Amino acid sequence: MPDSETVSNNLKHHFANLEQQTATSKFGMWLFLATEVMFFGGMFVSYLVYRLSYYNAWVAGSQTMEITLGATNTAVLICSSLTMVMAVHFAKLGKRKLTAIFLIATLVLGMTFLGIKGVEYYKHWVHHEVPGPNFHFEHEGNFDPRHVSIFFTLYFAMTGMHALHMVIGVGLLSWLLILNALERFSAEYNSPVEIVGLYWHFVDVIWIYLFPLLYLISHRHTG
Amino acid sequence: MDEHAHPSVMTFVAVWITLLFFTGLTVFAATLELGPFNAIVALGIATIKALLVVLFFMELHYSTALTKVIAIAAIFFFMLLAGLTLSDYLTRGWSTYPSTH
Repeated sequence: MPDSETVSNNLKHHFANLEQQTATSKFGMWLFLATEVMFFGGMFVSYLVYRLSYYNAWVAGSQTMEITLGATNTAVLICSSLTMVMAVHFAKLGKRKLTAIFLIATLVLGMTFLGIKGVEYYKHWVHHEVPGPNFHFEHEGNFDPRHVSIFFTLYFAMTGMHALHMVIGVGLLSWLLILNALERFSAEYNSPVEIVGLYWHFVDVIWIYLFPLLYLISHRHTG
Repeated sequence: MDEHAHPSVMTFVAVWITLLFFTGLTVFAATLELGPFNAIVALGIATIKALLVVLFFMELHYSTALTKVIAIAAIFFFMLLAGLTLSDYLTRGWSTYPSTH
């Protein structure tokens, strides 16, 4: 479809022009992300309170984490943020093919993250580190294993909610790829790509904090 | 505010390289014995990384004043949540919290 049609098809009647509509969409996404800060914030503050209470158990729990996998996943997410920002960049220039290439790259990196996270979850399950009747933690040190269970509860809650956001992000990227293939975007109209980009980067920011808080409390030299 | 002003590809690549560098740095910093400063260094690096993502990838630096207000409000309300919660827990018995075990 011609580019001018993408504007006339997508401009809602209650907006004066497309610039105003785009600014409003972006503002709406930022507002949603502010509520997401509070959503994750509750878990971050729980983490903080329990960490101050049961620091030694927190260290013991953190030392079971595989830093290599965590660091790799951090790098994967950072790379996916770069590809996302490139997809937005090319969407704004109206280059559909390059937009598609970078959206696919972001999608693949997002799924790589989830795959590595899945490997980690599997290892936690095998090592009886999932809170519940199956939970068992070798007691060696000045801490209560039940407090390590609290660490893992927060670990699974925080990384699990983060992973859910990643799954939703993968869904949104697939949706963008379909719309892009149907030529619904142009240099004039591309705000869906831009606001999904905002969401994707926000999920990256959450992980940027989760990585040091969960993996790097006290480093174990594994050689 | 110029709606068309946004960072160049070179800016994105530079931010990306910086983010990867800080990821390596935070892993390295965790191997050092810094006592309580380990947490401060880790959170400091995370905050630098988060700021880079928010300012350049999310283009907050190039956004409208209204958007900046929302971003600052989000941080403010999180600080309120953390600050008021800790003002409770950290003052329970004053000297016995955080416990040493």
